[in-house]
Amino acid sequence: MSFVTILYAAMFYFAAAILFIGLAYRVYEYAKIPAPLKIPTPPAPMTQKGVAIRIFREVVFFESLFSATKWTWLFSWIFHLALLLAAFRHLKYFTDPVWFWVSFELVQVAGHYAAYLMLAGLLGLLARRVFVDRVRYISSPSDYLILVLIIAIAGSGLMMKWFPSDILAIKLFFVGLLTFNFSELPSDVVLLIHLSLVIALMIIFPYSKLLHAPGLFFSPTRNQVDNARSKRHVANWAKRMESTK
Amino acid sequence: MASKFETPQVRKFPIIPKLENSATSHLSPFKSKEEFQSSLGYPGELVENWQEKAIDKMGDLLGKYRSLRVYLDSCIQCGACTDKCHYYQGTKDPNNMPVGRQNLMRSVYRRYFTLPGKYFPKLVGAKDLTKEVLDDWYSYYHQCSQCRRCAVFCPIGIDTAEISMAAREVMDSIGVGQKYCNEIIGKVHKIGNNLGLPEPALADTLEGLEEDVLDDTEIDVKFPLDVKDSEVLLVTPSADFFAEPHVDGLIGYAKVFHQAGISWTLSSHASEAANFGMFIGSYDNMKKLAMRIREAALELNVKRIVFGECGHAWRVAYSFLNTLAGPFDFLDPRYPVPQHICEITNGLIDQNVLNFDKSANDDMTLTYHDSCNVARASSMGGIMGGQFTIPRKIIQTVANNFYDMDDETIKEKTYCCGGGGGLLTDDLMELRVKGALPRMEALKHLIEEKGVTHMAAICAICKSQFSKVFQYYDLELDQIVSLHQLVSNALIMNKKEV
Ligand code: SF4
Ligand code: SF4
Repeated sequence: MSFVTILYAAMFYFAAAILFIGLAYRVYEYAKIPAPLKIPTPPAPMTQKGVAIRIFREVVFFESLFSATKWTWLFSWIFHLALLLAAFRHLKYFTDPVWFWVSFELVQVAGHYAAYLMLAGLLGLLARRVFVDRVRYISSPSDYLILVLIIAIAGSGLMMKWFPSDILAIKLFFVGLLTFNFSELPSDVVLLIHLSLVIALMIIFPYSKLLHAPGLFFSPTRNQVDNARSKRHVANWAKRMESTK
Repeated sequence: MASKFETPQVRKFPIIPKLENSATSHLSPFKSKEEFQSSLGYPGELVENWQEKAIDKMGDLLGKYRSLRVYLDSCIQCGACTDKCHYYQGTKDPNNMPVGRQNLMRSVYRRYFTLPGKYFPKLVGAKDLTKEVLDDWYSYYHQCSQCRRCAVFCPIGIDTAEISMAAREVMDSIGVGQKYCNEIIGKVHKIGNNLGLPEPALADTLEGLEEDVLDDTEIDVKFPLDVKDSEVLLVTPSADFFAEPHVDGLIGYAKVFHQAGISWTLSSHASEAANFGMFIGSYDNMKKLAMRIREAALELNVKRIVFGECGHAWRVAYSFLNTLAGPFDFLDPRYPVPQHICEITNGLIDQNVLNFDKSANDDMTLTYHDSCNVARASSMGGIMGGQFTIPRKIIQTVANNFYDMDDETIKEKTYCCGGGGGLLTDDLMELRVKGALPRMEALKHLIEEKGVTHMAAICAICKSQFSKVFQYYDLELDQIVSLHQLVSNALIMNKKEV
């Protein structure tokens, strides 16, 4: 086992632990904290099914953002879509045998071009942050850094087209991590940069605004049913104040 | 007009203003005095170890309100909300951008409650809770009317109102309270309504109203107070008892009840629909205020509870009352608890119980202002969007000339009047005038295009606010009307019942 392989294996385990345990802990916290009052915003669904549809539309189409600002919507929707497509393409490195739909030509090609789309979306978002005075005002260094980090991930991933690594070896490495059947990671510079950046992203995820991903599902203005008049909604901590009258 | 500030210019096409740092940092409402603080259970002045106490209180609230925790964590700083607040549009102050306002608390949250904020404060914009930060909190969390317009547009649904309520609660807990809200809550606890109007004075006022209506219509419309075994307990904002145009709305409710033959009563114990406990984010105070209504309903042995025209009161009533003061299993189960007066009138219209002479409102060309708390924090009629359709339907049933303002400024996207959320106080007049800008623009455009003369509303705060700020925008104060004033004008009354 080369030093690089051991180092990256260790880093990936560490990052994955932070990402999954961290996220699970956040979700646990969010779920545990009560929402003591009904605060859904209109159009507020009157059934649980309506809520599911509402959240679906927010997650898939970014509906509220669309009604707020078309440019931000366009850039961020493109970015997130591309992220999804790229993730699909990358599944081939983790599944053995590769899931049948991942191996489709379409998924692989789309995943490749997604990198360009992703860059376009991210650069648009970055431009907005830099050039729109209101957005510049609210941006802290970490807001720029996260964008730059993801731009660098997409960029380094794309670079591998020109600085290719042994794809089979990469796959063996990752499948090895998942099955504890370790195998060498090629030590090509572009690949290692790409992977290091991904590791960084995994680590900051549960400590940053990337928490907007689970956050959306726990947002009371979006996930509550509008039924306050027919159903009481008393939080545990408010029970001590309950009247007997 | 003698004012130390300039009324913002009404723009032909609303464009997003450029930032002006600290444009309204000088605006802070008067602080609450010791006696009012203590009657609400808060310290009278800034406590000694306030920093520690404030952080403790924040921790407490973070564990009690999922909204607060999730919203402080989840903001992407995407900027989608930045231009959505009427106070930002009117003042240009970046701290009045919803996310700017949130960040005042978020930076403190990050510093004390998150790992990156503890170790890399600069990187993530985390800040110590200093006296300057506290002053900014006091200023800008009292420049938010908790109207939730920002929450409609945010991709995550982040509701700045939740954050400003929490901030006010934290400040109250360390002895920094706002005079206007806390004095009023004190009065309700003590006397029963926002105005501190005691029972005899209230009885007097209602008697006067009966005489007025009798003179006007020759019909003996009653305004009952504390009448046991009535069908309906009407809970209405105390402004309805004397302020213009509120009182004309109250006359409207009375006529509707009279005409429909529904027995009703007001209560001297619960002579106030408003619940300022919400504005200061205090569950305890909100609950105490809500309990008066339950007590009155029990005491008077009524079958239903109906709320008059009041925006935030309807929010508390529709969305919180059952939770705070329920279960209301002693009331008639055929009706939702509580009901809105518009639901009553609307139902009676549908049953053809009421007849109208629409031409009675022909001297007016009307539009309708969706009050933020009705539009964005409640509903009506048990249908999605009922809070938009029902009031409009009533107006169109009782009046001939009606137009809506621009789509971007009505229904769920409505603009606050500029005086909600506990800001309807003279010490914030500059903010109120500036915050009214987007609504004034939409109204003035409609006046130009369609010759609209009057705007109807179903919120006591909106009505008071408009009748005050209209003059700054060259409008007459009587151009704001109560919705049930229109009903009252057009309702055909049965004379033979006299
Ligand atoms: S729209 Fe929502 S996520 Fe975006 S900056 Fe405003 S509060 Fe944050
Ligand atoms: S709740 Fe209303 S007043 Fe407060 S920040 Fe949002 S838009 Fe502005």
